[in-house]
Order: sequence, then C-alpha cells, then structure tokens
Amino acid sequence: MPLLLVRRLMQSALILLGVAAITFVLLYAMPADPARMIAGRSATAATVANIRHELGLDLPLPAQFWNYLTGLMQGNLGRSYAQKTEVATLIASRLPATLVLMAAGILIEVTLGLVLGITAAVKRGGLVDRAVMMASFVGVSAPQFVVALLLLYVFAVTLGWFPMSGYGSLAHVVLPATTLGVLGAGWYARMVRSTMIDVLAQDYVRTANAKGLSAPRILLRHALPNALLPIIAMIGIDIGQFMGGVVVVEAVYGWPGIGQLAWQAIQQVDIPIIMGVTLVSALAIVTGNLVADVTAPLIDPRIRVQ
Amino acid sequence: MRVLREMLARPSALFGLVVVGVVLLLAVAAPLLAPYSPDEQMFDGLSLEGAPLPPSAQFLLGTDTLGRDLLSRLLFGARTSLLIGLVANGAAVLIGLFVGTMAGYLRGWPGNLLMRFTDLMMAFPALLLAIVLAALLRPSLWIVALVIALVNWVQVARIVFTETRSLVERDFILAERSLGAGHARILVHHILPHLMPAAIVWGTLGIATTVLLEATLSFLGIGVQPPQPSWGNIIFESQSYFQSAPWLVFIPGAVILLTALSFNLLGDALRDILDPTQRGRG
Repeated sequence: MPLLLVRRLMQSALILLGVAAITFVLLYAMPADPARMIAGRSATAATVANIRHELGLDLPLPAQFWNYLTGLMQGNLGRSYAQKTEVATLIASRLPATLVLMAAGILIEVTLGLVLGITAAVKRGGLVDRAVMMASFVGVSAPQFVVALLLLYVFAVTLGWFPMSGYGSLAHVVLPATTLGVLGAGWYARMVRSTMIDVLAQDYVRTANAKGLSAPRILLRHALPNALLPIIAMIGIDIGQFMGGVVVVEAVYGWPGIGQLAWQAIQQVDIPIIMGVTLVSALAIVTGNLVADVTAPLIDPRIRVQ
Repeated sequence: MRVLREMLARPSALFGLVVVGVVLLLAVAAPLLAPYSPDEQMFDGLSLEGAPLPPSAQFLLGTDTLGRDLLSRLLFGARTSLLIGLVANGAAVLIGLFVGTMAGYLRGWPGNLLMRFTDLMMAFPALLLAIVLAALLRPSLWIVALVIALVNWVQVARIVFTETRSLVERDFILAERSLGAGHARILVHHILPHLMPAAIVWGTLGIATTVLLEATLSFLGIGVQPPQPSWGNIIFESQSYFQSAPWLVFIPGAVILLTALSFNLLGDALRDILDPTQRGRG
C-alpha cells in the first residue's frame, strides 16, 4: 500500500509537470503580447522592449519555462502583470470563496443525486422512475449560464428571496451553489440509479429481505454502502468539471472567487494568473482522483486484497 | 433498420429524434423560413422608448435590443450553433478514435506515451482550458470549433482505448495475424468495425456537450462574434436586459436546452440499442 501510494504520488507530480508545460507553451504561443498590454497603447517600442526584458519575456522559451519551474518549486507562482501582486497571494485570497461555493455545490448535487437515484431505483420502471430520469437528462442538458439567469430571474428578481449577487452570507451561497449542483445532480442520479439497481439484484439483498429486515434498513445499511464507491470516484472527477463551471457561475453572480480572478486575468492577458489558476485547478483534479483512489480500499475491503 | 425500429419504440428516443430532425430542418431552411433578415435593425422593432419588443403577431418571438427579429436570429443562429456542433464534435471523435486505437493497438512505449498524454489531458480543467484558448486566440467560428475539438476528444480516446485493448487480445485477431494479415488490414477490417457503435454513441452524445460548450463560450463573449448570430451570443448580447426583457434570454436558453436534451436522449437510446451489455438498464 505505501509503495502504491508513492507510485501514485509520483504519477500525479508528473501529470502536474505536464500540465504546467502544456499550459506554458500554449500561453506563450498565443498572438497576444503581454508586454504590449502592460505598456499600453501609446507606449514606444523601447518601453515595450524594456518591459519585456524586465519580465524575462525576451529569454528563449525553454529558459523561461525553467525559470518558472524553479520558482514553482519554491512555491512562487510569479507576479501578476496587471495587479503587480504575487499570484500565490491573489489566489490564496480568492480560494476560500471558491471552496465555499464548491463545497455547497457538491453537497447539493450529491444529496439530490442520492435521493433521486435511490428513489428511481426502488420504483424502477414506474412513473416516478421515468420522471426522475427525464429530470436528470434536463439537468445535464441545461446550459449553466441559463440556469444561473433563470434562478436569478425567479428567486431574486421576481420573488426577492435571495440577493442578486455578492458574497458574505448564507443567502448569497444558495443560488450559485444550486446552479453548480443542478448539472452534477443529473449525472449522480443516473449513476446512483444504475448502481443501486445492480446492488438490489444481489443475493445478499434478497437474503436481507427474506430475514424480514425493513426496506429502509436494507436500502441504507445493506445496499447503499456498496453503491458509494463509484460516487466517491465521481466526486474526484467532478472537481475538474467544477473548476470550469466556477468561471461561468462566478461571472454571473459576481462571486469573488478564483473563477472571477481567472476571468479578469484572461481578459487582460495576465498570463501568470492564468497559469496559476490552471495549475491550482489541475492540482485539485489530481488530488481529487488521488483521494478517491486512496479512500476506495478503506471503504470497500474487496479492493484491499488485490 | 433494427436500430430505427427500436428507437421508434421508445418515447424518449422518439422525442429526441423528432426534435433533432426539426432543428436540423429549421437550420437548413432558415433563409426560407425567417420572416426578416437576421441583421436588419428595424425601425418599428423597438418601442418608442427604445426598448426591445415582447413577442407579438408582427414579431413572433419579440425583438432584441437593436430592434432585430429574435425568431430570425434564432433560425440563423441554429446554423452557426449546429455547424460548430457537428464539425467540432466530428473532429473530436476522429481524433479520439485515432489516438485511442493507436494507444490500444501499439505495444510498448508509443502506446504508453499516447495513453499518458490522454491521462494528462484528463487532468486539464476542460472548460477552463477552452475559455483560455478561445479568449487568447482571435475568436471566430472555426477557432471555436477547433478549441472545442481540442478539448473534447479525450473522453472518446479513453473509451476507444479500453475497447481496442480488449479486442487485441481476442482470438479472431490472433487468428487473423497468424494468417499473415498486416496491421492496416487488422485495424481497418477487424478493429474499426467493432469501435463503430461507441463512435456513433459518443458522436451523438458529444453534440450535446459541444452545443453547450459553444453556447457557454459565446455567452462569455469569446465564442462566435456578433453580428453573426449563434444561440450563445444572442444571450450574450442581451444578458444585461434579462430583468426587463426576459424572453431575449430564456427563449434562446430553452432552444439550447431542448437541442442538447434531444441529442442526449438520442445518444442514450443508441447506447442501449447498440451496446447489448447496457441493455435492460434504461
């Protein structure tokens, strides 16, 4: 087990290195010139060249990448071009807001997905099952920005239950987190349903039934634990989906997280911030998958033997 | 034929098939059906205060903030959005098929390298990557399609890889090889046909993802650029009016949802029908 963990950790590190390399090459191959952006429209060629030299942008690409990597090893993500602040500081100041949003979003999608999926599996083939399946299809087919605007229109503009945008109280979290959760809830409901249908067909569930255990007890104590594994793996993968969704949702709701930071940086060609946010997102994805892999044998003893 | 018959027997698949058919037809016939030119800013298309008009007999779905007919823009927008959906997703499936087959078929380091690269792409936050690429490149219809293709091939590659790996181990491939068949013959005649169901299923499901991705990029203002209409940029242009002119946001939104939903229903039905291991779950 420790050996396996070490191997997985090294693989993760390699993947992160690859992500850094590809992002770096992509960003610097772009036609946009950050030096010119900083200098402004009226700057002379000399000023632009000066700025380019100051930022190390006149070095050959491999040298620039090497500088970036050595900085990274010391926890240095570089300096923002536009805001003249350390990228690490900027991300750290924005990260809590995004984490709150993501945690609330995951809570909503998992709860909704579990309830809907289990209900559909139990009522398999019936009207409820069909309604749940259809609803889950609608959920995964709805564009996030339309859901965001619709929730705003109904619950903020018309009913006035929640604030339009901003950050700070529980009421602010509800609409953005629901927007993030609706999409995922559809996937979870479908997956929970098909896993539960498999599990409910197992012999041991029939035995539990024959013993005369109550239906809720069979569902929650006997069947559900066996259906949890794919859900945990899915949360790991989900974090990646969230990082993109966060950009859209934070833009619509004016949520001051790293999605908004990234969106502003993209518009200003503030490459160090874009690099930083991409790396933090990739780190989140890799960590999510790693945690899912490591916790799997703790939850399911069958995997431990192999 | 069997596929079509089984499709018609499922209400949800039938619904998907009908909507997809209608949307495709409307897109193709847009110049004939649109009551106005999509770019014409009509004098009577705005109220006296200069506000967009709600749906009426003259403008069936209302007008937008520049006094253009929303129905006409949606019809022409369908062409853009579906074209990107088909082209980008077609390219993604082709890339995915190629990379997946090669990674599954080739032994040793070339196959490993391809698969590690696919793993690497899995760790990229896809939507974020698409947003960054689309924003930094000069946005146009083809750039948007390219960006989407570059982001969306990964999943297809993974599935194709798994299938190819298990096919290569099968006896009929071994038999073919011992009869002296070359790699090209094995790949084209024996492996590719087995991958077709997966390609068709993902080709259909992927269109839903692609249409949504195009809409999202255009909504952020980094997709298809106005005045050329796409479903996403129609919403982008009027999002700040969503309180006073909600139809400008929610009618295109409903069209996007309905289209993505239909492709998803269709793809799901195809998966059930073409892949017997999935049967009985639907």
